[in-house]
Amino acid sequence: MKKLKLSAILLALAAPFAAAVVSIIISSLAVLATHKSPMDAYKTMWDFGTTQSSLMQMLNTATPYYIAAIAIAITFRAGLFNIGVEGQLRLGALFGAYIGAMFVLPPVLHILIIMVVAMTIGGLWASIAGYLKVKRGVSEVISTIMLNSLAGGLSSYLLANRFMDRTTNSNNMSTKTLPTSGQFPGLMPLLNKLGIKDKPGGGVYGMLIIAIILGVAFWFVVNRTRFGFELRATGANPIAARVSGVNSKRMTFIALAASGAVAGLAGLPAVLGDTHAFNMGFRTGIGFSAIAVALLGRNNAVGMAISALLFGFLEVSSRALELIDIAPETYVIMQGSILLSSVIAYEVVRRYKITLQSKELAKAVGA
Amino acid sequence: MAVELRHITKRFPGVIANKDVSMSVETGTVHALVGENGAGKSTVMKILYGMQRPDSGEILINGKAVHFKNPNDAIDASIGMVHQHFMLADNFTVLENIILGSEPKHGVTIDFVAARKKIAEMSAAYGLEIDPDILVEELGVGARQRVEILKVLYRGARILIFDEPTAVLVPQEVDDLFNALEGLRAEGMAIIFISHKLDEVLRVADDVTVVRQGSTVAEVKSKDITARQLAELMVGSELPQPSTHGVTRRDQVALALKDVSIPTSTGSRDLISHITFNLHAGEVVGIAGVEGNGQAELVEAILGLREYTGSISFNGESIDHLSVAHRHDLGIGFIPEDRQRQALMMNSPLWENRILGHQRSKPVMRGFVLDKKATIADTARIMEEFDVRAPGPQTLATALSGGNQQKFIVGREMSKAPALLVAAHPTRGVDVGAQGAIWEELRRAREKGMAIVLISADLEELIGMSDRLLVMLRGVVTAELDPAKTTPEQLGSAMTGAV
Repeated sequence: MKKLKLSAILLALAAPFAAAVVSIIISSLAVLATHKSPMDAYKTMWDFGTTQSSLMQMLNTATPYYIAAIAIAITFRAGLFNIGVEGQLRLGALFGAYIGAMFVLPPVLHILIIMVVAMTIGGLWASIAGYLKVKRGVSEVISTIMLNSLAGGLSSYLLANRFMDRTTNSNNMSTKTLPTSGQFPGLMPLLNKLGIKDKPGGGVYGMLIIAIILGVAFWFVVNRTRFGFELRATGANPIAARVSGVNSKRMTFIALAASGAVAGLAGLPAVLGDTHAFNMGFRTGIGFSAIAVALLGRNNAVGMAISALLFGFLEVSSRALELIDIAPETYVIMQGSILLSSVIAYEVVRRYKITLQSKELAKAVGA
Repeated sequence: MAVELRHITKRFPGVIANKDVSMSVETGTVHALVGENGAGKSTVMKILYGMQRPDSGEILINGKAVHFKNPNDAIDASIGMVHQHFMLADNFTVLENIILGSEPKHGVTIDFVAARKKIAEMSAAYGLEIDPDILVEELGVGARQRVEILKVLYRGARILIFDEPTAVLVPQEVDDLFNALEGLRAEGMAIIFISHKLDEVLRVADDVTVVRQGSTVAEVKSKDITARQLAELMVGSELPQPSTHGVTRRDQVALALKDVSIPTSTGSRDLISHITFNLHAGEVVGIAGVEGNGQAELVEAILGLREYTGSISFNGESIDHLSVAHRHDLGIGFIPEDRQRQALMMNSPLWENRILGHQRSKPVMRGFVLDKKATIADTARIMEEFDVRAPGPQTLATALSGGNQQKFIVGREMSKAPALLVAAHPTRGVDVGAQGAIWEELRRAREKGMAIVLISADLEELIGMSDRLLVMLRGVVTAELDPAKTTPEQLGSAMTGAV
């Protein structure tokens, strides 16, 4: 039994280890192709990436990735694929910022209201895809991609024509700045108490706390509740789930709506913690990178946290590559090769596990 | 002695290993190798044909020890295999298919004249008549098989292995094949005939080797044994009988259908039409019918998986407006006909599969939270009580054999002691051991007062297990029969509407 556990642990580590080795080789080849030294590149990234302010930026980058990845994982677990997180989080952040700036409320309540607004908008937007899927059989992959385009256009239109704050004379189109009660305080005061000193360019978004809470909630709901089981059963075998009494249409709709609601939060870390308004500088692409984060993290709460941090680290630390004349976009190659090799490695390990189990079975049943 | 296998042992993942298999085939005889699915017949043959190498033991061909590395070595040793699934090129003629891969050469060109002559000789000698110039795509199954046999003979085979050759043939073609086998035997070939159809085995074979769980358990002359004895050797115990004792029917009506119909959206004939019957507690009603005559739809209506008109009540209460989940929770259990599609999450561990269909009640749930520990414990209990052979609750469902999957499903459904069990083909595709165990469970449940709707294509199972038989034809119940007074033949003709 002991031996079994040890081999199970080794097996669990085999995939990420193999994936890391392969992706380092691929990334090194990419750097070599530009006639630069991969060792220099990694050293520069490591030195820059492990400074305190870089690590804080890593956390700030990882926070929206993680929230968005959870949103995607909800649908993956149900056998669906919400590619529309990008649009859902954009609209969620826009409406959250716009409506949140309309009033002043007690601090915590104000932030909660903004989050509820963002979740509602994101959830409603995703529900369109849910409705089309359940009532009309439209593939959610197609409809969410199209809804992304709509969300992009709609948010630009609304920002420029309806939600823009005309009281300031800035060139940057922006919603009205949130009152202090609607701003999510950073974690610096807390970190100061832990003996971490302020540094210029530092600061950690308070939404990190929300992301952690969401991660725990995601784990609990998916793995430990009936709803989570029915969600996973629908993903694992929709027909058997239906026979077992799961209302599969309802489950599909709920999964997409819930995914959209969580996605709505993914745009808030920067809005509530940094810009305090929705403006033209709102980051694009979070919803797409998060697909990779969810895949790399195997739709698992801890796995996605690790992969979100890894993506954040690569993104932040690669900025230093410019110093030694390597295109910082190299990090995209790194992310891509990590993702690809890990998906393959996990599949190989999964098949090996099945073979191993069959052997055990043969031993138990046979002789 | 043409072929001798001595103490062959082979282990490999997922399949029961061959352990100490021995058999000897004499020249000029037909030697049958019989056993249940998964008993290890194919492995023995793959080893003999060089597709697998044994871990230990030896193979003797005509008295000499051989070590085959691949099928080519086996072919060189004059062994030929006629596969169950033909390997022919459709757009080639019979002649081209036969010589493909070992063409007689005439310089650089193929010597068709020599090939044609040789094939004509072989056809005449063994009674395998066929037109060599016809395209294979125009041939029926029986003729294709003749081409396969000729192909093997053309390569000089003197030892022929037939892997389930009758599985794809109609009775007339089976007769032709057996005539050809007679011819081959008369010519002094050694023939190994793999099958699980025992009447055919006794008809054609001189000797029979029985394998069970990877080992040879008997080697007998076919004239000294009956089909029933052979079957019992295969299973290792007395054959289970589908039967029930006495009347356990109670007064309470468990399930009542009144005028249940499922109209189609296209307006053509109803899928099922005006089905009306009562089922009492402790009673088994068998639904007979050729597949596709509405049985599956009837099941779906009872479970709430499909909309219907008319009314269904359970224990006296109408359940027409209740969801699938609600009906489950009231105490309707279900053993579906396609277990992998409808009842299992193949890539999930058994304990998670234990939850499926029971996710709203104890012992799986504690409040609204999954009770993993209790579920695993209960999964272990099911595996113990229902003899599910697997290492443990963490084993993935996909690793189990069909029979063990089915025993697990039966155990899962019995766990909540449903008042009504809908069992669709409960023993389809499972081995005889599991079949007996499942019948025993159904018997016990019936005695305890469970009402059972049994759907099956196995007429003996239907007649043996049912208290009452309903025959369905084109969505309508066309006859009600008393199983005690019905033979399988009578039931069969009732199913096709012949009476």
